[in-house]
Amino acid sequence: MNPIFKHGPSPQHRLLLVLICSASLIFFDHKMNSFEHVRGFLQSMVSPLQYLATTPKQMMNWAVENITTRRQLIAENNAYKISELQFHQQLLALEIVKKENDRLRSLLASPLRGEVKKMVAEILSVDSDPYSHQVVINKGRDDGVYEGQPVLHDEGIVGQVLHVGANSSRVILIVDVTHAVPVRVSRNGVRLVASGTGKIDRLTHNFVPHSYDVRTGDLLVTSGLGDKFPEGYPVARVTAVIKNDANAFAVVQSEPVAKIDRLRYLLLLWPEKPAGIFAPQPKDIKPTTSNKKASS
Amino acid sequence: MSIRHRFIVILTLLIALIATIMPLPLSVDAFRPDWVLVVLIYWCLALPSRVNVISAGFVGLVLDVLLGSILGVHTAAMAIAVYIVAGNFQKIRNFSVWQQALIVGVLSALYHLIVFWMQRFLTDAVFLPSYLYPVITTIVLWPWAFLLLRQIRRHFRIS
Repeated sequence: MNPIFKHGPSPQHRLLLVLICSASLIFFDHKMNSFEHVRGFLQSMVSPLQYLATTPKQMMNWAVENITTRRQLIAENNAYKISELQFHQQLLALEIVKKENDRLRSLLASPLRGEVKKMVAEILSVDSDPYSHQVVINKGRDDGVYEGQPVLHDEGIVGQVLHVGANSSRVILIVDVTHAVPVRVSRNGVRLVASGTGKIDRLTHNFVPHSYDVRTGDLLVTSGLGDKFPEGYPVARVTAVIKNDANAFAVVQSEPVAKIDRLRYLLLLWPEKPAGIFAPQPKDIKPTTSNKKASS
Repeated sequence: MSIRHRFIVILTLLIALIATIMPLPLSVDAFRPDWVLVVLIYWCLALPSRVNVISAGFVGLVLDVLLGSILGVHTAAMAIAVYIVAGNFQKIRNFSVWQQALIVGVLSALYHLIVFWMQRFLTDAVFLPSYLYPVITTIVLWPWAFLLLRQIRRHFRIS
């Protein structure tokens, strides 16, 4: 065929068409958020590509796991045995403390804290896009994952679920520019908001008055406000507090406690809906006569 | 162009997409070349009436979904870069491979700057010089990708 003679619309018209389409896509996706459901569908469509892209890494991991010496295995095994013994001992103490806590809470007529459902997910891919910090995990709607679900690592909060596909979903990390977590200082309960900066080791806290008692080295834990993250999980450690009276607010910066650039397995949580203090107390269930008849 | 030829073009684009999202160590990640842009530019130079602005926009949209960016950002950037190639394909074809590599580098820089400008406009992204590191690797990649893709095109007689 001869490309000298034009076929179809000219490149200018095609470019105009594509630009109009992309402008409307940007408008509806960014300003109106009207692609939430379509995004989940698209996510499931492209998940085979993501599974394919991660196979070389998984093969490397498999090789590393299989090529270990006997001595390494024995050493690891011993270390695990010792730490298991320690954890078991702590668990025994925890059981007693937990029962005591439940009894005290019931005396105060506060709702009891139940066990939280958890699930382990593996990271499929990390985005190469430098403008956002997101990862894709191998659990989706089929496993009960929902939008806005808190995602943890063994050391602290990592992020929350952004888009859910059928069997993979996208997690936005706490260091992303568009993400913020309500936190409090675990030492004294001062409330802050931890916003991402786009850098992997930096969170920033806006609008902190000079009078707030925040020091370098303070641990920040989730405050449970906002109903997204459960209360009390570590988020970050304060690295810098600059109180300059020339500025309206103090400059507070912190570093996430979870090693965000070394993630492999993540923990998904299904927190129970926190009951307010004014919520009606669950009534004592009295067995009715019909139940008695059925059981006897 | 038969269905088999179309399949081969789409397959090369899919491989480029997979290479774009393949997990890499953080230190190497900033230098990841623009695989998709290189493959699209090659096919646009070779078959300008088949692979064109609209196909570039569609591939950009797939890239948007894969990268989780705002839908339409990579679509527009990819379409603009390929539009420049589609308008000048007869000139670019006659350059030597290294001259082509420089032009591809300029296009790649334009592509990254367009993406950055849109992100700057939509979110509060801050410019870092590392956003333009892929330009260097893309210039180095072009001659090899060009030779490989030309080999593929001649072997399967895609026209």
